[in-house]
Amino acid sequence: MFWDWNYVWEIMPSLLRASLVTIEATFLGFLLALVLGLVMAILRMSRSQWISVPTAGLVEFIRSTPVLIQIFFIFFVFPEFGIVLPAMTAGVIALGLHYGAYCSEVYRAGLENVPRGQWEASTALNLSPYITFRDIIIPQAIPPVVPALGNYLVALFKETPLLSAIAVLELMQTAKILGSENFRYVEPITLVGVFFLVMSLVAAALIRQVERTLNQSLRNPGGGQ
Amino acid sequence: MTTPMVKFDNVTKRYGSLTVLDSLNLEIAPNEKVAIIGPSGSGKTTVLRMLMTLERINDGVIYVDGEPLTHMERNGGLVPADERHLRRVRGNIGMVFQHFNLFPHMSALKNCMEAPIHVLGLPRREAEERAAELLDMVGLGDKKNHYPSQLSGGQQQRVAIARALAMRPKVMLFDEVTSALDPELVGEVLQVIRRLAKEHSLTMLMVTHQMGFAKEFADRVCFFHSGKIAEQGAPEAIFNNPQEERTRQFLSAVLEAG
Repeated sequence: MFWDWNYVWEIMPSLLRASLVTIEATFLGFLLALVLGLVMAILRMSRSQWISVPTAGLVEFIRSTPVLIQIFFIFFVFPEFGIVLPAMTAGVIALGLHYGAYCSEVYRAGLENVPRGQWEASTALNLSPYITFRDIIIPQAIPPVVPALGNYLVALFKETPLLSAIAVLELMQTAKILGSENFRYVEPITLVGVFFLVMSLVAAALIRQVERTLNQSLRNPGGGQ
Repeated sequence: MTTPMVKFDNVTKRYGSLTVLDSLNLEIAPNEKVAIIGPSGSGKTTVLRMLMTLERINDGVIYVDGEPLTHMERNGGLVPADERHLRRVRGNIGMVFQHFNLFPHMSALKNCMEAPIHVLGLPRREAEERAAELLDMVGLGDKKNHYPSQLSGGQQQRVAIARALAMRPKVMLFDEVTSALDPELVGEVLQVIRRLAKEHSLTMLMVTHQMGFAKEFADRVCFFHSGKIAEQGAPEAIFNNPQEERTRQFLSAVLEAG
């Protein structure tokens, strides 16, 4: 028989538990990516070349090397320098760093789109650089780029199976183990695929919803009227 | 003689090989209202932008209220100002822009509260009261919860004036503040500035194309031409009896245009 429903029900609990690990890795990784991306974008805009040029180099470097190599590097090479990380932590850091580099480019586009007059008004009002970023620039720079950031959330989610390479018990790794224990791969791998498909569709729908809400509030920040 | 409120001492500004302002010397007394006129490209807006520290100068020193703005004293000499010095002295100056530059994600009231809270350190309640008073003064007391996108150009510019005033500057800079407005909205903004000039002891510098307003509002008119003050004096003298050929040409061109 090609498809065994009994086997499906048998492995479902382990897969659901593993899917929580996948979701956890996705959210932690993306949270890190959002923070690191913003930091890298701001450093890259620095007036001092001693800061902006190395940051630009770092971003290029991270974007131009495969995330799998970065995962391996953090998990297997960092211990040589005395930094030993659990597999999950190493994986989340690698994903966060990699997607942070991509997010920084998105943030940069958003930051550069804020009209120069907003910076000048902030200077004329004597606002500190920190307050200028926090209250004036970032609130205007982020809403237009939320959809682009959302795309990276979905992309990062779909890359989490890479963590199976360092034995994080996420969905893919769990499916592989179940398959090799029972000599049946059709059901576990299919279920993993279906799970990713459903979650990606749900995420995409959520992002579209957020985008619509943002567009409305951008056109008419006050609401009503 | 009293200390000038603003003093340009041999100030030069270059963009690459183009000299926008050439060894400018200009003193403005406390409470004096100065109108700056001249053809485009004559450097008149640059004067305001340098004073607001939006542009760095290449040579010379700008003083505000007797204190160097672009430089600071160190070991008896002057060295270029650092960010901290700029932030301290710049607080004396407020600016209103041609394109308003209001913060679009904040209501009119919030626009006027942001800097008093974070720069002057006012408690929120007090900042809100003062912002509301200032919006009343510019005739927008009933629009304080509106966002910039819900206001007309003239109303936005009046919010921008209130926002600058909320920082209690000693010097106010107006950079072509009516140039981006529809003609029927110019009057309401000029009315606010007129009131301001009458009721507050503020030093004002205004770059303008409204010759009629410059004439009635200013104590002194400076005519700029290719990076220099070509002629200056009382409005009557400049407008009725210009001495320089360039001034005459400019005025007749402007008055002809309407």
